[in-house]
Amino acid sequence: MSLRWWLIDSWTMTRRELARWARHPWGAVISLTFPVMMLVMFAFFIGGGMQVAGGGDYKEFLVPGMLVLTMAFGLESTMTAIAQDLGKGVLDRFRSMPMAPSAVLVGRGVADMLESIAGLAVMIGAGLAIGWRWHGTPSQAVAAIGLLLLLRFAMLWCGIWLGLIVGRPDLVMAVQILVWPVAFSSSAFASPETMPGWLGTIADWNPMTASATAVRDLFGNPGVAGTSWAAENAHLLAVLWPLVLLAIACPMAAARFRGLSR
Amino acid sequence: MPAIVAEGLRKTYGEKKALDGLTMTVPSGTVHGVLGPNGAGKTTFVRTLATLLRVEEGRARVAGIDVAERPAEVRRRIGLLGQSAAVDEDLSGRQNLELFGRLYHLGARRAAARAAELLERFGLADTGRKPVQAYSGGMRRRLDLAASLIVEPSVLFLDEPTTGLDPRGRTEVWNAVRSLVGGGTTVLLTTQYLEEADQLADRISVIDHGRVIADGTADELKAKVGGDRVDVVVHDAALLPAVAGVLAGVPGAGAVELDEDRRRASAPVADRMAALSHLVRALHEAGIEAEDLAVRRPTLDEVFMHLTGERS
Repeated sequence: MSLRWWLIDSWTMTRRELARWARHPWGAVISLTFPVMMLVMFAFFIGGGMQVAGGGDYKEFLVPGMLVLTMAFGLESTMTAIAQDLGKGVLDRFRSMPMAPSAVLVGRGVADMLESIAGLAVMIGAGLAIGWRWHGTPSQAVAAIGLLLLLRFAMLWCGIWLGLIVGRPDLVMAVQILVWPVAFSSSAFASPETMPGWLGTIADWNPMTASATAVRDLFGNPGVAGTSWAAENAHLLAVLWPLVLLAIACPMAAARFRGLSR
Repeated sequence: MPAIVAEGLRKTYGEKKALDGLTMTVPSGTVHGVLGPNGAGKTTFVRTLATLLRVEEGRARVAGIDVAERPAEVRRRIGLLGQSAAVDEDLSGRQNLELFGRLYHLGARRAAARAAELLERFGLADTGRKPVQAYSGGMRRRLDLAASLIVEPSVLFLDEPTTGLDPRGRTEVWNAVRSLVGGGTTVLLTTQYLEEADQLADRISVIDHGRVIADGTADELKAKVGGDRVDVVVHDAALLPAVAGVLAGVPGAGAVELDEDRRRASAPVADRMAALSHLVRALHEAGIEAEDLAVRRPTLDEVFMHLTGERS
């Protein structure tokens, strides 16, 4: 299989996803606006009663957290799509065709990253609309976006791996429910210091907390203060965590994909 | 050159032997039925031939190419219709076929032309932009079939093509499959429906527990169960034991089967005319009045029960 065909096949698979969005613009709009809705709810319904540890505006604290959450929730859409293709036998059809087998995963990856970039743009726009601002330099802002996309990339491979394990769209629900406690036991909505001790420690070490803290710092938003090692080394962890997840999920997903022929 | 050669295929999942030394040869240009109950190994067999499962033991060649050694070349020559309609439900039929065409490396223009051609051929030309979600079961299956024919495969695998379809959908798919035959494509069809194998297949292999337990044409398989059968129906089930006695006395008769619900006794016979004249006389002498008396060929159902029943 030549590199050229691999690229063409991957692009064809990417275009399949783009065609799906074009078919269901409302589906795309809903999935883009869901986090915006969450942002608005937390900013205005709950935000009034929230204190940011170390002082500062809650909206400025919340927006980076929501950006991280949006990236993390990307895991669900990747997993659902993979499980659907596997469960319906579409993956079998691709595998019985003379195309590059890995193009199935690459196409999915490219499409999901594109969707996430669109999602980030919408969320940043929504953040700006409710009064969030960044105070860092442009290169810091680029670094923050880079960290967010790195997290999404890790979630992409976790999603592919889980989707291949689950293999049935109806079981995806169970995993979706589990995503919520993981999301909330982070600093996305509140500082871990305000949580009961043991939960705070979990939240401190949650990969999403590391990303959220690093992104807040790079954007110059409040809520970065923290005394734990994890909080003080958030930048390092925000790079390390996704890489660790990738180091696990990538080979596991690849093995699972090859294992389909077992 | 045979289109499919399988020699001693074995595949185990833990303790279960999905394929247990399966051997089969399918001549080019024929429709071959693989008949068996759920869990007999039909799908494992097809998936192995279609390069989706690794060959654990044994050899398989499709279109003359070894499946384990050169899977990529096999994939260029086959079409696969799996058990569920493997198409993208969010896209239209045309979009699906164009997508598959591009993945077969036809290039955009030829993929579009091929999609149009196949939509026309399978009566889906007027579906327009409608997503596959809105298709009926039969339409979905026909699209699926069209997708497996993008490159005019030399071997086409149909894994239970009509499972889950209503009678109308089944007829649609049968007609579509019949239209393929004669184009030189070899078709391997798995099914649980004896009628389907009887309708579509030139030859049939009956498989159970991962191995072939019988094969031949539908007629040959029917003959294996003992050729003609004689049925005697009486008005009262209480008479059945007496009828069974008479039937057993018919020269050349095999084991008598009783069906109390239908008040019917039946037995395979060697010579239908001699058996019938003997039977009429013997029933008369025994004072048994038959409500119905018939000589018939066994149904494929009986063949199937006969062949698989011996083992279960």
